[in-house]
Amino acid sequence: MDNRQKEINNLKDYKYGFSTDIENIQAPKGLNEDVIKFISNIKKEPAWMLEFRLKAFERFKVLKEPDWQKPKFPKIDYQDLYYYSAPKSMKDKPKSLDELDPKLLETYKKLGIPLQEQARLNGIAVDAVFDSVSVATTFKDELTKQGIIFCPISEAIQNHPELVKKYLGSVIPTSDHFFATLNSAVFTDGSFVYIPEGVRCPMELSTYFRINASNTGQFERTLIIADKGSYVSYLEGCTAPMRDENQLHAANVELIALDDAEIKYSTVQNWYPGDQDGKGGIYNFVTKRGLCKGKNSKISWTQVETGSAITWKYPSCILKGDNSVGEFYSIAITNNHQKADTGTKMIHLGKNTKSKIISKGISAGSSDMTYRGLVDISSKAKNSTNYTQCDSLLMGNKCGAHTVPYIKNKNSESNIAHEATTSKISEEQLHYCQQRGLNPEEAVGLIVNGFCKEVLQQLPMEFAVEAQKLVGISLEGSVG
Amino acid sequence: MKEQLQKDFYNSIKNLSLSQKDIEIKKFCLDNFIDKGFPNKKEEDWKFSDLNQIIKNNIGELSFYNDQASTNKVDTSVFVDGLEHNKIVFINGRIEKIDFEYEKKDQIEIIDQSETINEFENSNSLSDLNNAFTNKCFKILVKKGYQLAKPLIIYHTTNSKIWSKNINLRLNFELDKDSSLRLIDLFNDTSEKNFLNIFYNFELKENAVLKNYKLDKFDNKNIKYSFNNIDQDKNSISETFILSSGSNFSKNEINCNLNGVYASAFVNGVFSLNNDKHHEIRSIINHLTENTKSYQLIKSVLEQSSKAVYQGKIFVNSDAQKTDGYQLSKAILLNKESEFNAKPELEIYADDVKCSHGSASGSLNEDSIFYLMSRGLSYQQSRELLINGFLLDVVEKITDSEIKNLIKNMLGIKE
Repeated sequence: MDNRQKEINNLKDYKYGFSTDIENIQAPKGLNEDVIKFISNIKKEPAWMLEFRLKAFERFKVLKEPDWQKPKFPKIDYQDLYYYSAPKSMKDKPKSLDELDPKLLETYKKLGIPLQEQARLNGIAVDAVFDSVSVATTFKDELTKQGIIFCPISEAIQNHPELVKKYLGSVIPTSDHFFATLNSAVFTDGSFVYIPEGVRCPMELSTYFRINASNTGQFERTLIIADKGSYVSYLEGCTAPMRDENQLHAANVELIALDDAEIKYSTVQNWYPGDQDGKGGIYNFVTKRGLCKGKNSKISWTQVETGSAITWKYPSCILKGDNSVGEFYSIAITNNHQKADTGTKMIHLGKNTKSKIISKGISAGSSDMTYRGLVDISSKAKNSTNYTQCDSLLMGNKCGAHTVPYIKNKNSESNIAHEATTSKISEEQLHYCQQRGLNPEEAVGLIVNGFCKEVLQQLPMEFAVEAQKLVGISLEGSVG
Repeated sequence: MKEQLQKDFYNSIKNLSLSQKDIEIKKFCLDNFIDKGFPNKKEEDWKFSDLNQIIKNNIGELSFYNDQASTNKVDTSVFVDGLEHNKIVFINGRIEKIDFEYEKKDQIEIIDQSETINEFENSNSLSDLNNAFTNKCFKILVKKGYQLAKPLIIYHTTNSKIWSKNINLRLNFELDKDSSLRLIDLFNDTSEKNFLNIFYNFELKENAVLKNYKLDKFDNKNIKYSFNNIDQDKNSISETFILSSGSNFSKNEINCNLNGVYASAFVNGVFSLNNDKHHEIRSIINHLTENTKSYQLIKSVLEQSSKAVYQGKIFVNSDAQKTDGYQLSKAILLNKESEFNAKPELEIYADDVKCSHGSASGSLNEDSIFYLMSRGLSYQQSRELLINGFLLDVVEKITDSEIKNLIKNMLGIKE
């Protein structure tokens, strides 16, 4: 009991809220062609990359910020942001970990991310992204032996231009929506993964994102390509320091699965959610999209969303190949003044495609949560099926839980089933647990974990433990 | 369209004895409509049915002026046989007959409300259009404690005299304490290519019971929009049944405000569509106080390249604890060209609630067909039997047995 209490006290406050004093190089404030050229230049990018960015920027200029989402936020001044910020010590990229700024290493140690390979967690290769740049990637040698490419995307642009050129923007084109296009224009770094034909990636790949500098937008771009018959499991974690102002995070993630390939993408998102009065916090406006390009391919999204002031994202699957499978498992928890508008899109284009959506939403305090999803079965997607289940749990009468599914069926040989429920934790269940000696908070924790179990068990083991704790912590103080 | 609207508007108000103020209000509504135009798919509520486009493709140019001076002959052959009922007859948008022959005259009051402008909560441009052009509007008041002995059938008839016209109708109902009304809307059109824009407003006082059956069964080439606004007080019950089948395009909207405790609302619907018909039901149930209940069941059978849309929303206010909301939509797609779209929505701000929705769409279950065929039925018979049973589920929800039989006969459902 005492231990648990200690742990809670430890974790109750946002423990990743510190910031690190590291000298930064920043692009001039504001958004214009010069800034884009500056970013491209500092990264020593080839001409085609700059062209890609400028094309996106042209498009961005005519786009308007969307306003259909449920959580409203004050207008973002895009000219008042820094679009590039990098630790000064990274200007000439260190050759090995030993050359890394000790302050950086310390930061990651504080976060519990081991960059030193000897202090590693069991078999997880990490790519750490600090503000706008990737600072370290571990286990490169071991992966290279199998032909796996796992590196910062800026490096991939230099070393593997043929792959980047072919796939970058093939799922999220430069002409996409407002935030995705902004990202295409100014993205700074992110991870690149290529798994060659027939290779089963021997370890979990992981990226750890951290926003440190203030007034900085973080725009990473992740591109994962799983070639024929390959398999990869990829994890993503995020934290940010506590600051009073809201910070924008608009990442793009593109997944491409070719014939018989499988990609499993897990996220534990724990950006700074703002304080109890809703001041500060991250705006998490991310575009994640996976393309099941080949036959029998599979893409599976798992997300645990506990952080951010506003979460606004819809990890999607485009099921283009015949017999391809898309999955989406999500837990979203909002407390205090957090807001979330999240869900998924399953677009069935190929024959015999299957998709499954399990979404669990928990809202407490004065928070507001929306599940918004689309299931679209096109007229050519014969024999396709979708199953959707979205459950919401409400705690207290100041919060809201909403479900907005869009269901389109244009094929008579396909089936769609959708279920949604909204309720609170029943008095009977609480009573039952309390009768057996649990205090109310433990009882709620137990019930909530049970509610989320279906999703939690989809996570890789190391993450599942962390996520389970996170679920408990996020709801601290919301009972009673 | 603007010039046409203005010209028709002045022609219409010329024949009416309106005060300057009323004309101004109507003018204001007209300007609103001119400003917004017909709803299109850019509006969230019209995402699946772009009315502007549908009118353009099916009708082309609409005219808005209706000559209300000449009377139309009431064709008694359209009247429902074998069911004693009161009648209101609309022909081409003009009220030709109001007849409550089975009721106590002093218990029902018919009030001319032509000057009042209806304001609806979730108004779209069509309510402006309706307000600008309706020229006769009645309020039917059922007095305290009176329960109508026989159902009231409203005949919506149009004949081939009109073409490419917009017809606007409006009716208000008030059901005082402990009263009850059974209301059937029966559409019978021999006209083509007209746009009907119908607004009903119901006010249900304590313990009042409203049963509204909207039956659009007979094939016609018109485009219909119908909006029901229902305000419900304590203990009142509203039951709405929609048979959506006959028109080329039809959209039924139900907006129900559960204002009093223990009020309950039921919305049941059947889409039975063929050819390239496109129908939609959109329901918004607002649970505004505690202990209210709503139940919705929508079933669709879609043939050829028809398209059905169901948008249902359950809204629960933060005061509305102990809400019970349920919503289910199911569709059978019989042809590879047919399409079913759904947007079942929950918006909940109270925690002690029980709300759920479900939606399923797909083909006829081949296993069930096999089961029946292995017992000697032909493929066609098995198919019919299954569809029959599928739809019967909704029809059985109708609480009035007389009307239930009428609708069963209409749908050709056997027991």
